[in-house]
Amino acid sequence: MIEQLGHILIQAFSHALSIFANKLIPLVDAGGAAEAAGNVPLSTVYITLIVLAGLGIVFGVALAIVAARFVVKVDPKVEKVRDTLPGANCGACGFAGCMGYAEAVVGNPDVAVSMCAPGKSAVAEKIAEITGKKAEKMDPKIARVFCQGGSSLSQRKFIYTGVMDCTAAVLAAGGNKSCEYGCLGYATCMRACPFDAITMSADNLPVISKEKCTACGKCVAACPKQVIELAVESKAVVISCHSRDKGADTKKKCQVGCIACGICVRTCPVDAIKIDNNLARIDHARCIVCGLCVKKCPTSAIHDYIPVRPKAFIDPAKCDGLDVCKKVCPVSAISGEIRSVHVVNQEKCIGCRMCEVRCPKKAISMVEAASGVVDNKPAKKQEPVAV
Amino acid sequence: MWGHVATIFVASALINNFVFSRYLGLCIFFGVTKKMETSVGMSFTFTAVMLISASLNWLIYNYVMIPYHLGFLKIVIFIGVIAAFVQAADTVMKKVAPALYYKLGIYLALIVTNCVILAVPLLNADENYGFFESLALALGSGLGFSLALIIMASIREKLELADVPRSFQGLPISFVLTGLIALAFLGFSGMITL
Repeated sequence: MIEQLGHILIQAFSHALSIFANKLIPLVDAGGAAEAAGNVPLSTVYITLIVLAGLGIVFGVALAIVAARFVVKVDPKVEKVRDTLPGANCGACGFAGCMGYAEAVVGNPDVAVSMCAPGKSAVAEKIAEITGKKAEKMDPKIARVFCQGGSSLSQRKFIYTGVMDCTAAVLAAGGNKSCEYGCLGYATCMRACPFDAITMSADNLPVISKEKCTACGKCVAACPKQVIELAVESKAVVISCHSRDKGADTKKKCQVGCIACGICVRTCPVDAIKIDNNLARIDHARCIVCGLCVKKCPTSAIHDYIPVRPKAFIDPAKCDGLDVCKKVCPVSAISGEIRSVHVVNQEKCIGCRMCEVRCPKKAISMVEAASGVVDNKPAKKQEPVAV
Repeated sequence: MWGHVATIFVASALINNFVFSRYLGLCIFFGVTKKMETSVGMSFTFTAVMLISASLNWLIYNYVMIPYHLGFLKIVIFIGVIAAFVQAADTVMKKVAPALYYKLGIYLALIVTNCVILAVPLLNADENYGFFESLALALGSGLGFSLALIIMASIREKLELADVPRSFQGLPISFVLTGLIALAFLGFSGMITL
């Protein structure tokens, strides 16, 4: 059967090919090529063509059948989400590449839309639009320096005259700073930063630019003292100290170190601060960034990164005189009788937002004191932060 | 005859191990051995593809190519057969075992042009092996390759914890290790003479 078919095909081909070959071969000027063509029997050429074409057809049909039988339907949303994603396959989301995240975010209702770190909130919003999920607010991170003991505020063990680099300095007995947890100040982080976001202050401490920092983590890796950490930018109240020495020892070595006195623990209205190993730490999940601890800390070890806090302002039209704000205010800045309009003393207000959160009538709003809406008094000066 | 089949099996798995004595299939070897999980999955896929492609190619070689004296087309036709078969396997696997597909999808594409997969039918054709001898060579090579993958994966997982000089980290130290294992595999030579 196959041979018969072969013969018919060969006869059909031979005519066409003999014309083709007769015309082609004389055109090849080199004798070798003509000779080589002459040595190959023409039937081999036919058979080769037939076998290859036959195999091609068989495999083509087989693949077509397989593709039709085992078709996998892909949710068009997945494709859309994948096109939205940056396509870097960086794995920051925790899934295997952008495709993995696209499938997970479309298929699984528990996967958040905001997990793509390079895409930031713009991509999160687009994904939310495609999937119909709620876009949560992204919590951008920033590098924070956990040391305020610059050269004027801290003690030195010895004079270091080696290579002016922290990684070199740390090899000499852990660096020349008395406090073994503090910043050495030789600017290794500044040189590591690819975005020029770090500058050194006059007191030899790194200052991180809020605008330029991308939270890439290069400085965190570069610092031999682990003084720099990535933290959520909105949680702007930070205990800027890593000293686990006992309070008295810390005080000898540095004027602005955490001495674990526990005042902040007692002050915190939401119990977010705990002392562990002679060091107070803020649980940022609980912290409401009220800034009370900043005011109370005796050594100014707690740093408020909000430059000027807005003050509370009570809208007289909305206030029912329920007295909640007065009770809640930690600095007794609110006065007023029950069932009459209450007033905030702008001098005393520290902008902690406690009253704003608690007011059942939503009569309290935070107003930038400098904007002059409430009064023209300048904002209360921030306690000078030792840098 | 069965003795010969057994000899071929052992010889291809150990003595002429494709990775350690013929230095073939190194791209997959270094690609998947970072994790034990992927290398085990790859071993199964590889052995299965090897067996099926070797038997398919044996059939085509003996019933199509030899009768028509098309031996010179070996490479072209074998690559075509393997490519078609792997493509089909790829489509089927995506439907039947999606989890495995996403783990090995990239490597399935690599298998198409893998030299070990092509070398087995070519060797079968050159040696004029019978069907069972071909299968033995395919199974032996597949298991030998799996052995190499699993040995390497277990070492590389341990290597993650080792203190390797920076310039040797990653691929360089893996090549050094492969050389050492290859030396060890030299010990098998002379065990059986084919």
